[in-house]
Formats: sequence, C-alpha cells, structure tokens
Amino acid sequence: MSHEGTLLIIIALLPFVGALVPGVMIRAGRTACAWFTAVPTALALIMLLILAPDVMRGEVIQAELQWMPQLGLSASFFLDGLGLLFACMITGVGLLIILYARFYLSGDDPMGQFYTYLLLFQGAMLGIVLSDNILLLLIFWELTSLSSFLLIGYWKHLPEGRQGAKMALTVTGAGGLAMIAGMLILGNIVGSYNLTDILQAGDQIKASEWYLPALILILLGVFTKSAQFPFHFWLPHAMAAPTPVSAYLHSATMVKAGVFLMARMWPALAGTDAWFYIVATTGLITMVMGALIALFKDDLKALLAFSTVSHLGLLTMLLGFGTQAAAVAAVFHIINHLTFKAALFMTAGIIDHEAHTRDIKRLGGLRHLMPITFLIGTVAALSMAGIPLFNGFLSKEMMLEEASHTKWLDSYYVVPVLATFGALLSVAYSFRFISHVFLGPVRDDYPSNPHDPPAGMWLAPALLCTLVIVIGVAPFLADGIVRAAASAVTGAELDPHLKIWHGVTPALWMSIIAVLGGLVLLLLHRPLDKAWIATPRPEAKAIFDALIMSVVALMRRITDATHNGAISRYLAIFTVASVALGWIAYSGSGLSAPTRELLPVPIVIAVGWVMLVVATVSVVVMHHHRFRALVLIGIIGLSISAGFVYLSAPDLALTQISVETVTIMLLLLALHFLPKVTPAESSGAMRFRDGIIALAAGGGVGALAYAFLMRDIETISDYHIANSYEGGGGTNVVNVILVDFRGYDTFGEIIVLGIAGLVIYALMHALLDGPAARRLKNTDYTQDRSRDRHPLMMVVVTRVLMPIAVVVGIYIFLRGHNQPGGGFVAGLVIAIALLMQYMASGFAWTQERKKIEYHTMIGLGVVIAALTGVGSWLAGRPFLTSAYTYVHLPPIEEFELATAMLFDLGVFLTVLGAVMLMLYSLSRIARSAGETVNEAAMDYDPGEHVEDAKGGT
Amino acid sequence: MEIIVASSVGILTAGGVYLILRLRTFPVILGLALLSYAVNVFLFASGRLAIDQSPILSKYGEATYTDPLPQALVLTAIVISFGMTAVLVMIGLGAFLEADSDKIDIEAEDDSKEVQP
Repeated sequence: MSHEGTLLIIIALLPFVGALVPGVMIRAGRTACAWFTAVPTALALIMLLILAPDVMRGEVIQAELQWMPQLGLSASFFLDGLGLLFACMITGVGLLIILYARFYLSGDDPMGQFYTYLLLFQGAMLGIVLSDNILLLLIFWELTSLSSFLLIGYWKHLPEGRQGAKMALTVTGAGGLAMIAGMLILGNIVGSYNLTDILQAGDQIKASEWYLPALILILLGVFTKSAQFPFHFWLPHAMAAPTPVSAYLHSATMVKAGVFLMARMWPALAGTDAWFYIVATTGLITMVMGALIALFKDDLKALLAFSTVSHLGLLTMLLGFGTQAAAVAAVFHIINHLTFKAALFMTAGIIDHEAHTRDIKRLGGLRHLMPITFLIGTVAALSMAGIPLFNGFLSKEMMLEEASHTKWLDSYYVVPVLATFGALLSVAYSFRFISHVFLGPVRDDYPSNPHDPPAGMWLAPALLCTLVIVIGVAPFLADGIVRAAASAVTGAELDPHLKIWHGVTPALWMSIIAVLGGLVLLLLHRPLDKAWIATPRPEAKAIFDALIMSVVALMRRITDATHNGAISRYLAIFTVASVALGWIAYSGSGLSAPTRELLPVPIVIAVGWVMLVVATVSVVVMHHHRFRALVLIGIIGLSISAGFVYLSAPDLALTQISVETVTIMLLLLALHFLPKVTPAESSGAMRFRDGIIALAAGGGVGALAYAFLMRDIETISDYHIANSYEGGGGTNVVNVILVDFRGYDTFGEIIVLGIAGLVIYALMHALLDGPAARRLKNTDYTQDRSRDRHPLMMVVVTRVLMPIAVVVGIYIFLRGHNQPGGGFVAGLVIAIALLMQYMASGFAWTQERKKIEYHTMIGLGVVIAALTGVGSWLAGRPFLTSAYTYVHLPPIEEFELATAMLFDLGVFLTVLGAVMLMLYSLSRIARSAGETVNEAAMDYDPGEHVEDAKGGT
Repeated sequence: MEIIVASSVGILTAGGVYLILRLRTFPVILGLALLSYAVNVFLFASGRLAIDQSPILSKYGEATYTDPLPQALVLTAIVISFGMTAVLVMIGLGAFLEADSDKIDIEAEDDSKEVQP
C-alpha cells in the first residue's frame, strides 16, 4: 500500500480511536476534554490537507485492507475530489463544533459522553465519504443513524429529545434497510461491490432490468437521510438536540450524507428519465414546501430546520437535473449552505443560550444588545437569502440558471416558476430571521438579559461568516475544490469558473423577483401568519405516531398469537414452515432422473423393519404409559443398530447399541421421579391437527430421503479412503476421520459433551438447594421400590462381568484405529460396566471404590486431546497432525502406535466421565429423595447371618 | 432396501413430530429421541446405502467401500444427542420438581400485573 493509502486508513480510524479518550479525559476537566476531542479531528484534517494537493490534481488515493474477500467485503477506502470536499467539511466543521460545544454545554451536561458520541458520529461520516466498498459504506451509513440517535437524544431527560431521536432513528434506519437492498442489487448487476468498479459501469447498470428497483431502494435511503418529502418530518423533531448537534448534523454532515450519496452515485445512476422525474421532482417539492413552512415557524431552530429541508431539496433537485452544470452548482451550494447554515444554527444557539428563548415572537431588537451576534446572524442570513456579495447568491444564481432551461414533462414553466417561488420564500424567511430577531425596538420582556456571549462561542460562527464573505466576493478562490469535487461527481474533466457577474440573464431576473417578492411577503407576514394558523394541515408527528402505534399493535397481535408460551405451538409452526419450504423448493425445480438401482431386501431386514414400524406406532399410541413407551424406544434403537450392521456401518452399530443402553438407563432413572402416566389432555381436534402435521413432516422427510437415496453424488470421501492408511496410519476410515482428518471437530464435540455433563451436575446442585429438595423428601417413592434392591445373583454376575467388560472396552479402544471401535465406543462400554456395578452393588459401595472424580476425568480427557493436538506444533506441523509408527515386541504381533490413539484416549476419558457424571447426578437426586445407601455390597449379607447363627443369638 | 430406509426415516420423523407436539415433558423427550434416530439415519443414508462394503481398508487387494464421512459425523451425532437428551431430562425433571407439574406451556402472564409491585 502506498504511503498516501496508509494515511487514508489512519484518517478513517482516527475518530474511532479518539472516541475512547474524551470519556476518560473529562476527569481532567472540560477544557482538557475538548482539547482531546479536537486533537484527533485536527490530525485527520491536517492529514487530509497533506493529501489534498494530489487529489486536486485529479489523483485518486486508494487503500485496501482485506477483510472477508469471499464475500467481496474489504475495508477499502478511496479519496477523490468529492470525498476530499466532504471529509474536509466533516472534520473542519467538527473542529468548530467542538469549540462551540465547549462553551455551549452547561456544567450539568455530561460532556465526556457528548464528545465521545460526536467523535463516533464523525468517524461514521468520514467512513461514508471515504469508503470504496458499498458494503462498508452501508455499515458506516447505519453507524451514522445509530450515533446520531445518541446525539439527538443527548438530553435524555427531555421527552422531545427522546422522541425526536427515536423518530430520526426509525425513519433513517428504515431507509437504510431499503438502501442495503438497493446496494446489493447494484452490486449484483455490476458483479463487484467496489465503488470504483460500480462508477465505471453506469451504462451496464442503466441498461439492467433491475435498474429501477435498485434506484428506488437506494433513493429511499437517500431521501430519508436527507429529509426529502415525504420523509422530511423527522428533521424538525431532531431539533430537540443541543444546538451544537443540530449545527453539525443538519448543516455539514448527517443530512448531507444523502446528498453525498446521490452525488457519489451520480455517474452510475443519474441521467435517465426515472432519475430526473423522481429526484428532481422530489427535490423541487421539498424545496418549496420546506421554505413555505419555514416562513411560518416561530421557533428559531424550527425555522432553520425547515430551511435546511428546503435547501436539501434544492441540492436534490440540482443533482436530479442530471446535467454537468447542475452538478457543479450542487457541489458549490453544498459548500455555501454549510457555511451559512452552520453559522445560523450557532447564532440561534447563542440567542437561546443568552436570551433563554428561541421564540421569534418573544424576540426583537437584539441588535443593540448583541451586536456581534447581530453581525454574524445578518451576514449568514443574507447569504441564505441569496443577496449579492454573499456566497449564497452565487450558487442560487447557478441553480436558477439551470432551472430556467429545464423542461418538466412538456412544460417549460413548471420548474423555473416553482424554483423562483422557492427562492422567494427563502428570501422571506431569511429576512424574517433578521428583522424579527434583531431589528425593531428593544423589548423589556426577554426571559433573561441578552448580551453577547464569550468569544469562544462566537468565534466559530464568525469564522464561517468570514468564509461566506470571502467566497461571496472572490468566488474564484473556491474554483479548485469545486472543480475537483464536480469532476469526481460527474466523472468528466470539468473546469468551472465561478463568477459574480454573469450578465443580464433570466436567472438574474428570477433573483430580482425573488428578493422583491420576499420583501413583500415579509411585510404581509402578520396577516399571512393568521391565515396559515387557520388553515388545517396534516400534523406529521401525529401521523407518524399513529402509524408506529398501529405497527406495534399488529406486531403484538402476531407475537401473542404465535408466542403463547407453549413450546408445542412454536414447534408446530416451525414444522409446518419447514415442510412448506421443502415443498416450495421441490415444486420449484422438481427432481432429476434417478441414477441408482434399488438394493434387494433380505427377509431378516424386512422383519426388522416391521418391528421398527410396529414399535414406533406403538410408542405414539401408548405414550401415555411412560414405562411401556420407554421399552418400545429401546426396541427401536436396537433395530436401528441392526440396520447399521447390515448397511456396512459397524462403528455406528456399536455406538448406537451402547448409547441406547445408557439412554434407557438414564430415562428410567428420571422416570422414577416423574408421573408414570401422561394424562390425556389434548382434544380430539388437536390430536388430529398434530397427526396431520406429523404425517406431513414424516412424509416429506421420507420422500426426501428416498429421493436422494436413488441418486448418486460427488463425495470428498475418496480422499479420506485413499489417505487413511498412508496419512493417518489406520485402516478404519471412520475412526481415522474422527481422530485425524476431522480431529478438530471431534475435539469440539467432546468439549460439548463434557459441558453437557457439567451442566447436568450443576443443575442437580441447583435443584437440591431449591424447593425441589423439600418436595423430594416429602414424596413417598416406596411403592415402586424393589424389595430386594441388590439381588445376590446380580451382584455375583456383575462382579464376574466387570473385568471382562473392562478388557472388552480396552480391546475395542486399542483396535479402534484399524477395526470397528475406538474411544467413543470404548468409553460407553466401560461406562456401562461401571453402571452395572452401581446398579447391582449399590451406590455407596461403588462410589467408595471409585478413584477418580468424573469431573477430573472430563477435564483430563479434554486436556489430553488438546495436548496431543498441541504436540504436533512441536514437530512444526499444524494442530492435530498425527504421527504413527509400528512396533514389534517379540511375544505379541507387530502393532501400531499413533499419536491419534492418544487423542482417542482423550475422547475415551471425556465420554466416560460425561456419561458417568450425568447418571451420577441423577442418582444423587434419588438419594436426597430418601433412598438409603448400603455400605455393603448387598442389603442382605449371608456371611453375617451365618456367623450370627453360630453365635446362637 | 432404499424404500425400507426412507420409510423408516419417515415413520420415525412422523412419530417424533407427533410426540414433541404433546403437552407434557416426558412425551416431548421421547419424541426428541425418535427424531434423533430419524436424523441420524437420514444423515447416515446421505452416504448412500451399501452392503458388505464397510469402510475398513482391506489388506487383500482392491475393494469398494461405502462413504465413511457420514458415518463419522453420525457417530459423534449419536453421542452428542445422548448428551442433549440427558440435559433435557434433567431440565424436565427440575421443572417438574420445582413446579409440581410437567406441563410444557407457561400460563400467559398478565402484563398489567407487572406494573404494580
């Protein structure tokens, strides 16, 4: 990556890293906190300025960090003219806001939080303008929604703040979702998620049949973010935020993100009829409507908010025109709007701060009391009105010029007339801002004594006003950046020359009409205001709230209907949905022709099948008798083991048969404490419904199984078979897969099994500490207790069997690598052998002879398996690479020693420990239920009685 | 043979689904056991059926083998499903002992009650 690329990545990361600091630095004082917020911002700005000369020359700086290349997702950034303009705006205005907020926020406000949120937001915005990957861009896009939520709702104690933040998040978040869909479509059309690729593929995109859906979805995201009609309503409500936030979000950043994206996507999407009619029309409506509402707002910030809506509409309209000149005007107006609007917001904040009101009707005459503020506010407002020698005039002229020769449908008048009207309204509310706040007589009923604020507060807007005048008087100074940005927007080499005087053009006349008309409107404001208040208008917030409420009610109804607390309902829904999805998949493509022949069915297997079917049906029919059902389950398990034997799966058969034994024992132990009968509760209709669902599911799964059994597939197993002996040193491929090829999976699985064992142990302890323990003591279990719990025959037989079972277990373990068997089966076999001792000779007797705790065994097993894996690192191989050798000791046949066997030992120990711990836990419950334990092997010790008889007692 | 296996899977699934839709814990556990069988056989069958072709390499020349990979996966699945059943049994047992009822549905709670202390 180039030197510049590294800088770019640092710029993108700086705010996020910086966001960690203010929360800590607030302990060092508010000024220190502000400084530490300013440092990363200033650093980012300086780095941008270092890169600026290259970008202005037309270079594009790129940087890429691979992230998930399989998904086409990489953290790639690029910086061109447009990105540079926005990045400078974001960091530059950010610095001013940090300064302003330091003096604006009161001592009660948690400033550390504020600056943290601010930096997060700044980082998200920078991410949007620097991203070269649209997926990355989407992530940053959503991040701005989230971080602006935090900023807008910063005053958590104000209900308007919370509601405004929620509304902003809902609207922009919903739009963001639409945009994700649109961007994904776009990425699919182009075949790349890289912006640089997408921008090159404009023709391909516009020719695609998916162009319109993608365009609409992306524009939904853009319009919600940039508060375009009909999504404009959230912006005024977001004014409940502290003024620095409003000034930042609504002049330079958040709402401009939508405009930025339109500009960014301009080469890929603009220039079609659909683009023109959707974008330009929306912009035009928004511009006029926003300006109209702004004229009648009494709250200073609301006035500015609607004015922002109006100016965003203007920008949208310009971009919608789709011409290069309009793009230049849009870029220029982005700069100009930023300067005067941020200054105006700060002015409103100063007035609010000093006069303790923002209500225009309670203000007036402030020019004598706050001369500096008056000067700043007037300069900015005149620029907003579009008065010559201020920068607003220049871009407004360019806008009117473009509007004057734009045809809408068949009319040459619609756009120019409405644009002039919008400009006229804009003049009116700008003049109103000046005259109703600053001019007029000094009043004596201000809520507080207004006076100019400390320099820290007016410095930032004053700086912006300087820019307003400098650009207004000497527009050629902005030539460079406008050229770079506009060229980046249009993808063409443009060379605009910004001038004050264009001669007597239609735009000039429109401008003159606007200024004069605006003055007239201002004079007529009082009667017009009365008429405006009298006219009924739809209240956006009420509509929004009602909409949200109805959605919530609908969702609640759906949730309550599906989520009623009974798992049977969820399972039914899940089953039906799965079957339906399967059906849809099947009906979509159908099946290819079968490629396999049916295998013959020997009579034994047919008998086994009949047993299985009868047992399954019986389980379902007789499940109310729990004990009987359990026995039947055992039959099913054994039939399946037999099936495995026949179908060339000896390992599975061994595992199934031993697991079956343990499972039945476990369920029997549990059944001891549970009711022995399930009451018949379900109604006939419910049973019928469940029967239908069950048959549908069973039929579907059966058909699916049959369908794939009749067709061949490509398999990766040939590799395993070919390498099992050479690479893994074993002839039992299944075992080699378990301990070698897929050893890592097995490692995970034994950990899961160990956890399950420990969970059961923990549950048992929790249970015995709770109310359950009392219930256990008070319940009488004697009726299902055997009179002879430890019969002599059984004790003797299990004692004899024990060494045999252990030898069998060891044998199965040792031969596992080459013949059916292995750690899993061996662990289960030994577990069964031990369980027999517990059952026959009693709990205490067996427990006394047990040397290792079962927890320890689980832990040992996992550790041994892990160490075996780690051991291969020592040999410089990846985790769990196995090594083996053949050993020849004279009396025994040559045998194999493999590290895989060590791993299998770990498996063995874990399985044994887990199984034993589970059953041990259940028997602990039995003991606390009053089950007595016997120290001797049998309840009845024949030896003792013989001695007693001799003693003659 | 394929019909036998496929129909067994189907019947086990149907029985399992019916049982997990019951209203008490024990039948649900039995149903899950049936479903585990069905799923294990299903997974095993995804390697296609073969007779006398165990995946144990032969020392004596060429031989064909059935697909060993599903077998390895199912082997661990059998053991894990045992662990899962055991945990469920313990939870069911605990619920029964704590609440003196082995019903699986929770009575719908009245939201208005929660507001008052």
